[in-house]
Amino acid sequence: MPKLSYLKALNRALADEMERDDSVFVMGEDMNFALTNTTAGFRQRFGPSRVLEMPLSEQGFTNFATGAAMAGRRPVVEFQIPFLLLLVFEQITNQANKFRLMSGGRASVPVTYLMPAAGVRSAWGAQHSDQPYSLFAHMGVKTVVPATPRDAYGLLLTAIRDDDPVVVFGPLDCLGLREDLDYAELVPIPLGEGRVHRSGTDVTVVAVGHLVQSALAVAEELGEQAVSVEVFDPRTIYPFDWAGLAESVGRTGRLVVFDDGNKFSGLAAEILATAAEELTLLAPPRRVTRPEAAMVGANPGLDAGLIPTTDQLREAIQRVLK
Amino acid sequence: MTSTEQRSALYRTIRLIRRFEERAMGLVASGDIVSGIHPCIGQEAVAAGAAAALGPDDVMLSTHRGHGHFLAKGSDPGQLLAELLGRDNGVSRGRGGSFHPSDFSRNIYTATGTVGHSAAIAAGIAWTAQQDGTGQVVLCFFGDGAVSQGALLEGLNLAGIFSLPVVYLCENNRYATTLPAEYAIAGSVPGRAAAFGLPSEVVDGQDVEQVLAATGRAVARARSGAGPSVLQVDTYRYFGHHTFEQKVRLKYRSDEELAYWRGRDPLRIAGDRLSEPTRAAIEAEVEQALEQAVQFALAGDRLTAAAAQDHTFSGGTRPRPGVAGDA
Repeated sequence: MPKLSYLKALNRALADEMERDDSVFVMGEDMNFALTNTTAGFRQRFGPSRVLEMPLSEQGFTNFATGAAMAGRRPVVEFQIPFLLLLVFEQITNQANKFRLMSGGRASVPVTYLMPAAGVRSAWGAQHSDQPYSLFAHMGVKTVVPATPRDAYGLLLTAIRDDDPVVVFGPLDCLGLREDLDYAELVPIPLGEGRVHRSGTDVTVVAVGHLVQSALAVAEELGEQAVSVEVFDPRTIYPFDWAGLAESVGRTGRLVVFDDGNKFSGLAAEILATAAEELTLLAPPRRVTRPEAAMVGANPGLDAGLIPTTDQLREAIQRVLK
Repeated sequence: MTSTEQRSALYRTIRLIRRFEERAMGLVASGDIVSGIHPCIGQEAVAAGAAAALGPDDVMLSTHRGHGHFLAKGSDPGQLLAELLGRDNGVSRGRGGSFHPSDFSRNIYTATGTVGHSAAIAAGIAWTAQQDGTGQVVLCFFGDGAVSQGALLEGLNLAGIFSLPVVYLCENNRYATTLPAEYAIAGSVPGRAAAFGLPSEVVDGQDVEQVLAATGRAVARARSGAGPSVLQVDTYRYFGHHTFEQKVRLKYRSDEELAYWRGRDPLRIAGDRLSEPTRAAIEAEVEQALEQAVQFALAGDRLTAAAAQDHTFSGGTRPRPGVAGDA
């Protein structure tokens, strides 16, 4: 079976969808040379009007995508650096995502915002290292963080086909991930459906993005010590698969969240709050996240104190099992 | 030359907007329109003249002071008023309100609240029209307050590099809420246009025929494929930025200035070009249309909390409830 990388899966999903649907086009910076490699080969294959080069005007071209979408296109807007999503946060959350509501359902803004290198880029600086998926969820924007090549393909496809704005985060540490699969298995994956990567009976670990692989490694290791860890990947951050989480926690009764976002008011906080309100837990749940406040991002030594680690996850699992 | 028929139509639009706004201000005073409104009284000729240069397929982007734009593009006055009243029979089912309505039946896509940001939205719509060869032109309204917004300048740049069929119309009523344009703007609106290589005109916005002629030139240019242009249309609002100024009475404009612009009333300027009987017939017809509009609007269903999250997403996805968490 062919081995498909995560980055190649994004490339393939986008190309397949552009082939299938003429209304889909991709736009962003350095498109002519496919700087991020997400659109490698596209310029020659689809031409400049469907691989639209943009100047450094992120707010402008995010609004441009909104306009094109209202006029019937399905733009995919690529951003190279996570903070650019903060620069266009207003255009996505307060404009694109509200026009349907503000028009009583008459406007449709089917834009996909693709961030194919999200998270810490070691030593690239504090301004290149954020992981702002929780912010979009907080504002009610559909948000996905696929963890595997297969999910990256299927969720990007669904995001493009969705009639609302969707933000797709591809964590940097996932891009090189490879998966053996048959291309026929590449299918759309519905938004809002989590995935149990590994079944277990003692504790549910909710892991997001690149942390799924780390969580699986810890689960294997603890399995040898007779601790049965279930790894639940929500895949979609918003709308969240609360039913899937309830089912998993129903089996295990214990919960740890492993999230690369900031701690305060982050995704992990929301999951813990919902679990406390609605689920029956045998022990207080825990979370392993970035700390509060800003990343250094400029120094691998310092960053080690800011990135959630497998040691912290192991410790959190052991604490909820006490 | 403008025919009597055209002059009658332009006067009717101005009269409709004036009387619509007056009725709406009455409904604000009575508490029926909860939001208050941003009345465009004094600026009616800008909407009337500009919209008259468009065809039905052309797209318009409006602003928070947009009732005139909608009426001039042909929106139903009853549905528009119902929108102001927050009723289900409103043009945006009561979810846009006075500030952010849209009317897809008239190709008015949005009146975004983020000042100046419509410029690049317009570019995206125009790019799509250009790619598809539809021949549509996008008319993008904004005010003098918007011309110092970076996002507006980014929009002008995008429209410029792709040579898009857009007309950018700056309704210069001289004040961004309380801030005078001469304080806020270094350089000028034509200067900003020139910086992006776009042609511009400064137009007398109190004379509907001059607005129509200038917009007509810009629309023709856009439709021919020659690209975007900018109009600075000088005008004045006779009332406050928002109806809350009826109560707070902020004094940022002199009585002399107000009197000068009252003397250049677009309604009178357009009306003086018609015979008395023609004018009277139009006025009577407008009163009747507005009476029906008010009745239609007030008969609309009020929206209730149960419908608060309708239309949030496509395809029946619903957000989790908040206060009514157990629902």
